[in-house]
Amino acid sequence: MSLYGYLTLAALVFAIGLFGVLTRRNAIGILLGIELMLNAVNINLVAFARFRADVAGLVFTLFTISITVAEVAVGLAIVIAIFRVRRTVEADRLDLLRG
Amino acid sequence: MTPLAMPPVAIGPLAPVLIVLGAAGLVLLLDLLPRPVGRELIATVALAGLVGALLATLARWGKPGRAFQDMLVLDDFALFANVVICYAAALVVMLSIDYLGRNGPETGEYYALVLFSTGGMMLLAAAGDLIVLFLALELMSLSLYVLAGLFKRELAASEASMKYFILGAFATSFLLYGIALIYGATGTTNLDRIAAAAAGRAHDPLLVIGLGLLLVGFGFKISSVPFHMWAPDVYQGAPTSVTALIATGSKAAALAALIRVLVTALRGSQPDWAVLLWVVAAITMTVGNVVAIAQSNLKRLLAYSSIAHVGYMLIGVVAGGSAGPGAVLFYLLTYAFTTAGAFGVLTLCERAQAEAVEVGDYAGLARRHPVLAAALGLFLLSLVGIPPLAGFVGKFYLFAAAVRAGYLWLAVIGVVNSALAAYYYLRVVVFMYMREPEGAGARLVPSFAGGLALAIALIGIVLLGVIPAPFADLAQAAVAPLLR
Repeated sequence: MSLYGYLTLAALVFAIGLFGVLTRRNAIGILLGIELMLNAVNINLVAFARFRADVAGLVFTLFTISITVAEVAVGLAIVIAIFRVRRTVEADRLDLLRG
Repeated sequence: MTPLAMPPVAIGPLAPVLIVLGAAGLVLLLDLLPRPVGRELIATVALAGLVGALLATLARWGKPGRAFQDMLVLDDFALFANVVICYAAALVVMLSIDYLGRNGPETGEYYALVLFSTGGMMLLAAAGDLIVLFLALELMSLSLYVLAGLFKRELAASEASMKYFILGAFATSFLLYGIALIYGATGTTNLDRIAAAAAGRAHDPLLVIGLGLLLVGFGFKISSVPFHMWAPDVYQGAPTSVTALIATGSKAAALAALIRVLVTALRGSQPDWAVLLWVVAAITMTVGNVVAIAQSNLKRLLAYSSIAHVGYMLIGVVAGGSAGPGAVLFYLLTYAFTTAGAFGVLTLCERAQAEAVEVGDYAGLARRHPVLAAALGLFLLSLVGIPPLAGFVGKFYLFAAAVRAGYLWLAVIGVVNSALAAYYYLRVVVFMYMREPEGAGARLVPSFAGGLALAIALIGIVLLGVIPAPFADLAQAAVAPLLR
C-alpha cells in the first residue's frame, strides 16, 4: 500500500469520527467520535514515519496515545460528575447555558 | 555496545516553568498533610510560586536560551508572554482566596490545577517544536477543563465543563491532524526546520491542508468566529475566577503560540494565511460586538467582548512584519490587566448569597460602593478604548500596524467595531451610576487579597495608558528574534 493509501484511510477514519461527534446526542458517543478522530492522526503519523524512515513520527505517536488516554480519563470523569447530578448525559438536555 | 550518553540538559531556560510546577507539587503535598492546613497558606504558596516564576522570567530578559534540542525556545517573545501569563495567574489566585471560601470546595487541588495550567501556558508560549506545542496545549487545556467543573454541585459549572471539554478535544483533534500533515510535508516537527523545508513549496497540498487544520484548531482555542460557540457558555458557567484565567492566560498563550508558528514555521505561506485571517478577524470583531449588545448576563457579555478583542488582536497577526506581532503582544498585556480586573470585580460582588452576574444587579452600585463602581467603570472604559487608559493605546498600536501594512479597510472595520462596542460597555456604567437599585442590589464582599489584585490591575491600566512607550518598545523588541 502506498503512502497515499494510508493517508486516505486516516482521512476516512477522521471523517467517520467527525460524523459521530456531529450526529451523536449521547456524551459517550461524542467521546468515541473524538477518539476516532485522534486515532486517525496516529495512522497518519505512523505512516509518515514509515515512509520517511524517520523515528520522530513514532515518538510523536507515543505522546499522542498517552495524552489521548489522559484526555479521555478527564472526559469520562466530567461525564460521570454530570450524570450524578442531572441523571442524563444527552447533549440536547444540557441546556442551562444559552442566550 | 556504546553506553547511553545523557544529553546535556539546560535547566536555565526551564527555570520559570519548573518553579511553577514545583509550587504545584508543593500545593498538592500540603493538601495531603494529615492535619489540614489553612487554605490561605496553600494560596500563599501558589502565589509565591507565580511571583517567583515572574521574577525568574524577568531575570532572564535579554538572555535568550534554548533547551532540549530547540524544543523549548525561551527568547524574549516567550518571556514577554510569560510575564502576561504569570501576572494573570497570580491575579486569579489572589481573587480566588475569598471567592472559593464563599462558593466552592475548600481544597488545594484548585490551586494545583491553576498552577499546572499556568505551567502549560508558559510552555506553550515557549514551544519551539510542534510536539512540545501539543503537549503544552494539552497540559493547559486538561487542567482548565477540570477547573471549569470543579464546583461539582453547581449544574451550570459541570455543564460548562462538559461543553468546554467536548469542543476543546474536538479542536485538539483538528490541530493534531494539521500537525501530522505538516510533519508529513516537511519531515520534521521543529519550527525552524519546517520553515527551511517549506521554503519555496508553499502550495504543497499536504502543507496547505495542514495549515488549514492547524488554524481551525487554534481558532477554537482563541475563540475566533466561527469557532467561538463554546466561549459564552463556558465563561458563564465556570467559576468566575476560572473564567478570568481562561479569558486572559489561556488566550495569551494560544495567541503567542499561533504567532510563533505562523511567523517562524509558516512564513512561506504568509499570503495564504493572511487572507484567511483577514476574513476571520473582520467577522470575529463584528459578531462578538453585535451579539454582546443583546446580553444581560455580565459574564456572557464579557465573553462576547473577549471574542471581539480576539478579532482586534488578529488584525495585528494579519498586519505581520515586526509592528503587527509586537502590537499584539502589547495588546495582550493591556488586555490581561483589563479583563482580569473586570472579572475580579465580579468575584467581589454578590447578591442574595449568590453571584451578582446580571447587569441589573449593578444598578446604583456607585452610590453604595463608589470605589468598586469606579474600578469596574475604569476597566470597562479601558475595554472600550477611551484615552488615557491602556485599552486605547493597545488598539492604537494595532490599527496603526494594520494601516502601515496596507490593511486600511481592516483598520476601518476595527475602528467602527470599537465605536459599536462602546454601547454595551457604557450601558453597564449607566446602570451603576444612573439607575436606582431594584431591591437589595449587589453587595460588596470585602476581601483583602481581592482588593489588592484590583488595585494592581487598576495601576496597570493607568500606567500602560499614560506611559505606554517603554512597554510597547519592549514588546517590539521581543518580536525581533522571531523575524530573523
